[in-house]
Amino acid sequence: MPTDKPLLVVENLCVSFLTEGGVVPAVSGVSFSLEQREILGVVGESGSGKSQTLLAIMGLISSPNAVVTGSVRFLGRELLGLKRRALDAIRGRQIAMIFQDPMTALTPVHTIGDQIIEQIRAHERVSRAIARKRAVDLLDAVGLPSPESAVDRYPHQLSGGMRQRAVIAMALSCNPALLIADEPTTALDVTVQAQILELIGRLRDEFGSAVILVTHDLGVVAEVADRVLVMYAGRVVEEGGKGQLFREPLHPYAWGLFGSIPPMHGPRPARLTAIPGSPPKLSQMPQGCAFGPRCTFRHQACIAQPSLGGAGGHRSACFLPQDGRQDLRRTLAAGAVPA
Amino acid sequence: MTETRPKPLVRTSDLSKHYPVGRSLLQRRIVHAVEQISLDIFPGETLGIVGESGCGKSTLGRCLVRLTEITSGALEFEGLDITKASQRQLRPIRRQMQMVFQDPAASLNPRRRVGDLLADPFRVHEKLSRSEMMDRVEELLVRVELLPEHAQRFPHEFSGGQRQRIGIARALALRPRLIVADEPVSALDVSIQAQIINLLCDLRDEFNLTYVFIAHDLSVVRQFSSRVAVMYMGSIVETGPVDAIFSAPRHHYTIALRSAVPVPDVDNRPGQRIMLKGDLPSPLDPPSGCRFHTRCVAATSVCRQERPVLSLVDKNHFVACHHPSAG
Repeated sequence: MPTDKPLLVVENLCVSFLTEGGVVPAVSGVSFSLEQREILGVVGESGSGKSQTLLAIMGLISSPNAVVTGSVRFLGRELLGLKRRALDAIRGRQIAMIFQDPMTALTPVHTIGDQIIEQIRAHERVSRAIARKRAVDLLDAVGLPSPESAVDRYPHQLSGGMRQRAVIAMALSCNPALLIADEPTTALDVTVQAQILELIGRLRDEFGSAVILVTHDLGVVAEVADRVLVMYAGRVVEEGGKGQLFREPLHPYAWGLFGSIPPMHGPRPARLTAIPGSPPKLSQMPQGCAFGPRCTFRHQACIAQPSLGGAGGHRSACFLPQDGRQDLRRTLAAGAVPA
Repeated sequence: MTETRPKPLVRTSDLSKHYPVGRSLLQRRIVHAVEQISLDIFPGETLGIVGESGCGKSTLGRCLVRLTEITSGALEFEGLDITKASQRQLRPIRRQMQMVFQDPAASLNPRRRVGDLLADPFRVHEKLSRSEMMDRVEELLVRVELLPEHAQRFPHEFSGGQRQRIGIARALALRPRLIVADEPVSALDVSIQAQIINLLCDLRDEFNLTYVFIAHDLSVVRQFSSRVAVMYMGSIVETGPVDAIFSAPRHHYTIALRSAVPVPDVDNRPGQRIMLKGDLPSPLDPPSGCRFHTRCVAATSVCRQERPVLSLVDKNHFVACHHPSAG
């Protein structure tokens, strides 16, 4: 048995909501595993289920109308169905989470330092003075200028980028094995985003944390991730190493995503490839492949639900034959198909 | 500017917009949201305005269509000075210049049907019979790739991308010459974003539109613009043809901004990233001299004392910097 078991194993995770209009599936059969110190990027558009997947892993879906099934094992221990007390010992200590808006994690009425100190002392029996010293060190580590004075500042006295750093410092305070980040840079300006991404990359090196980074931005994924999941309408449609997925994406949805992003160098296309239509409403899922109605290559087989398949850790949920997919992709990129 | 170029559609001369902040007179301070911007916008061009939050790009856009009062300087539209024009005087000009906003939901009255919303411009500016009006509305809906029957629906029944199409249809209704689009795609998912960019491109060719395209996303600006102006703390720091700005930027802020964009490509990684230090200084207390000197790699003592002015470095390419990069 190898000693480094996967840090997190998610199997057949499903999240659905009971509504007046019936059962609405938000996440359907998501499975993946995460190694120690690995950075996993999860990409998808609004409604793809990427955020719900994270919330389910963290046990943060509290709606009485939500049904969460499947399995989430963290270091071999099942998290789904765990009692609140047991979860609290793990959340914040071994698994930390940061959100798009840092103010969801900060209270405006306490200083940054007090909030980090509280976090440390909730999980460890240390004195206030020691905790404060740790808070200053953490703020320094995440690149807050003059951490000795920043520790006594209130959130409103910091800029958006500095607040996000403070939240990351708080998340790191107990040296978590896993950091879950939901669109951590989406609200930030691009020069600040670059600083935060650099910081997230450093977390693995300096703190040894694994990271799950959820984003809508493929550029962000290319920047920091080792491995990538692409989600669409509640399912993983493609999974692969960053190099595999960016060099030879397998799923037509991924092709559309890449074609939708205007390039930063080289010739400018006359038109972007785009993806026609819009994602399905979760309450009105099409039969079979959910991407079918928007897919240029839809065919007979697509009325069934494709499952993830493929070799070498690069898998996609698509019925197109494995051979020749890159040719199809090139025809799409060449604009041979109306968008 | 060479004399062969046509007359500008819009010209600003030292245009400034200041906002007072603070409650009492004693505490009142001034934010220089837009500072002394001189800009010519030529017919048929798409001017992209980029910059980070708080740089004044949206305020500039609103000034250009007189949605906000101008503090000082002058604004001309087709050679006519409209800096101080009254609402009444502006009315015939308004139909020539329209705006598309970031959040179409906020600019569409939720209690009115889309058909009524789109008929408003005709009610205000043209005397049409009801059936003529409905024909024009349907024509507009079809043009932005919606369906005629969508006129009967309410804004909330549409997706974000469809709502932005409605916002574009409304801006297009009176066949304006100028459209100022303020972050028109930044609230949309990438796949929808691409559809809207394609639509705006098609409309430009079909109706001979001049666009001012305000965005924080550099790749979108590169795709869509013919000329780019980069703003920092209320001023234009660099402006030039889109290819020059992206392949040979001269201002150190432009260089840093461009290098900060994450590129979805694992093989063609951009060169060394220039990491900007610190945050934007407070606009209430802007740095002396060049506003960028506190974060600039090339700053020297002259930058702290003297404000650089835009000067020509290449064909149509202007930079406000004491020590421009070699490009």
